[in-house]
Amino acid sequence: MQSTGQEKIWNILMAGVGGQGIILASDVLAAAALAAGFDAKKSEIHGMSQRGGSVTSHVRFGRTVHSPVIEEGCADVLLSLELMETLRWLPFTHAGTGLIVSTEKILPANVAEYPAGIEEEIRTLAPRARFLDPAALAEKIGDKKYVNVALCGVLADILELPETAWRRAIDAHVPGGTADANWRAFCIGRDLSSSCPGPGVSSR
Amino acid sequence: MKQRLMMSGNEAIALGAYEAGVAVGAGYPGTPSTEILESLTGYQGVYTEWSVNEKTALEVGLGTALAGARSLVTMKHVGLNVAADPLFTSVYTGVKGGLVVVNADDPDMHSSQNEQDNRHYARAAKLPMLEPADSEEARRFTSLAFDISERFDTPVILRSTTRISHSRSPVSPSGERRPRADTPRFERNLKKYVMIPAHARARHRAVEERLLALAEYAETFTENRIEPGRGGFGIITSGVAYEYVREVFPDAPILKLGLVWPLPGKLIVRFAAEHETLYVVEELDPFLETEIKAMGIKARGKDFLPRTGEFSPGLLRRAFQAEGKTDASAEGLRSSLRLPPRPPTLCPGCPHRTVFKILGRLGVTVSGDIGCYTLGVLPPFQAMDTCVEMGGSVGLAQGIEIAEGIDGAGETEGAGRTAAVIGDSTFAHSGLTGLVNAAYNGRRILIIVLDNSTTAMTGMQPNPFSGERIDGKPAPAVDYRTLAAAVGLADGDVAIVDAYKPKEVEEAIERFLSARRLSLLVVKGPCIIWKRKRERTTDKRG
Ligand code: SF4
Repeated sequence: MQSTGQEKIWNILMAGVGGQGIILASDVLAAAALAAGFDAKKSEIHGMSQRGGSVTSHVRFGRTVHSPVIEEGCADVLLSLELMETLRWLPFTHAGTGLIVSTEKILPANVAEYPAGIEEEIRTLAPRARFLDPAALAEKIGDKKYVNVALCGVLADILELPETAWRRAIDAHVPGGTADANWRAFCIGRDLSSSCPGPGVSSR
Repeated sequence: MKQRLMMSGNEAIALGAYEAGVAVGAGYPGTPSTEILESLTGYQGVYTEWSVNEKTALEVGLGTALAGARSLVTMKHVGLNVAADPLFTSVYTGVKGGLVVVNADDPDMHSSQNEQDNRHYARAAKLPMLEPADSEEARRFTSLAFDISERFDTPVILRSTTRISHSRSPVSPSGERRPRADTPRFERNLKKYVMIPAHARARHRAVEERLLALAEYAETFTENRIEPGRGGFGIITSGVAYEYVREVFPDAPILKLGLVWPLPGKLIVRFAAEHETLYVVEELDPFLETEIKAMGIKARGKDFLPRTGEFSPGLLRRAFQAEGKTDASAEGLRSSLRLPPRPPTLCPGCPHRTVFKILGRLGVTVSGDIGCYTLGVLPPFQAMDTCVEMGGSVGLAQGIEIAEGIDGAGETEGAGRTAAVIGDSTFAHSGLTGLVNAAYNGRRILIIVLDNSTTAMTGMQPNPFSGERIDGKPAPAVDYRTLAAAVGLADGDVAIVDAYKPKEVEEAIERFLSARRLSLLVVKGPCIIWKRKRERTTDKRG
């Protein structure tokens, strides 16, 4: 947790690989926070990173947000769309950070074998991390395309933003004609999380 | 409550320009500046264009301004090097309609070949520079920049950085658009617009006077503000660094500069006098710090803050902790597992792959250029030997050829096997002049143009070779064969081959390299991302 004065600022870091839909997911989150009446900032790097490189998006919201980037050790939630990327961005988390980890494995270019022991390492360092199987999630949703928005649904349980704010954000950001499908995916993600134990955010 | 929208800094700059009644937007794509013009193209009643390069864009913008309409010119930091020639003298001619040049620096070089700090341009060219700290300021400052431009009869630079351009934060649109004064009309003013030495001498004096007037204006400019606080030390800062400072020191007294050139000397002296210790917090060069010290003020900054890379709240906290000014930063979790890096790569199926595979195998000296294809330097290809600046490949290859040929007229083993590799957009930007130079001076290099139908690196912008304009309207596409013929190349020294036919590509490269004549090989294959995007939009339209 990080506060400026008395006000809590939420820090959500999304990590993954170019092409996984992180930009859209973080756009939806930031817009939902704004729709809920918060100040919000979000930052990510375009350009080179999009050609299969590592991608992160920082989303921060609260009463007044200054820095668009999160400070190391201060993320409330790390939502990782790729297994190995979780470890790469772990320095942004602390013992109380909620970790939501998709077990998707994407090989970096010119790497023959996916490194072993990643999941175990995450479990050791962050015992309360929640792992999600993207294939199972995609099957539930019926389309792989909406997994990123479903993961916003998983976040919804932790962040306590009103449902109307999420709906408005999704309507405003997903491609035309897919709002309903994305909303269904979001709800599937959200229901998934309320039926499971929370990822253990230390403070609200 | 006012309407609030999440906008990137770039979108906010476009909105600010629109609200300010901008008539013309021109630029050349370059990360992190590209989306400004793309966004501006979405507004009614604004003419926009991708110019062939930044110099031309600024000339278009200046012409517009001299004719009395407002214009916005956009580019990345290194683009301003290309546009520096018209920039310096546009300060002499002044403007009639407002002229705002948006310059986006890239601290940390997320997508650039160098990390130059373009605030120096404001001082060197003697024009005002504004620097916003978030998207709402980006909107407001753009509008203010137009007012300053017209009031002081000068072009104005709005400086952004990657974190400002590509971060999103709430923006409150004014909901209004400034109406145009009257119909733009160029009026002759020889002494002001024709910069022969006799006229320019007088104009230089006018520039110096204007700069003094601007410095006076800076003293009361509302976006230079002192935020009182406590803590025994004061901080002078601007841009995104301000936000990082506020994050680390919520209560510290801050002088936040919105106008970073010229500086408000009296305001700075007053602020400095109130504080025992004065810190200057700025990314990259000690620009403000040097000026402030030159005022005879004791200040700290680059003696403990880095001159390279981006700042962040974490970086500032660690630096100021060592100074004893703040508590320790939070400890993040760390894993001892070694992860393989995940650098960007050419997309699977990218048309550029063929050429680099072949060039890597042939062991040719390759002078490369700026674009997706610069990734040809990384494994598995490692088929690029130089990359310096836009269009540079063509000129560099010539120098290598000349040097290697000085003794044995290029007949030594391996010498003369030099190829320049350049993309279509980059070739149009500034490779063309290199081609003319090569033909004129009797060079014997091979120039390979990788034509993927778009400017892929910056997110798929059309260019003079792709037959389309910024708004999707058709345009004449430059014809390679006619172009080569006009420059003086023989028919047999030009070939256009399909990127997806590796045999043909290889044969052509071999043939041209052994012929040892100036030759132009165009390897055509659409960027697959562009193609997919295009198919999707046609699907929707159809
Ligand atoms: S974006 Fe296009 S040109 Fe660039 S690497 Fe991918 S396929 Fe190649």
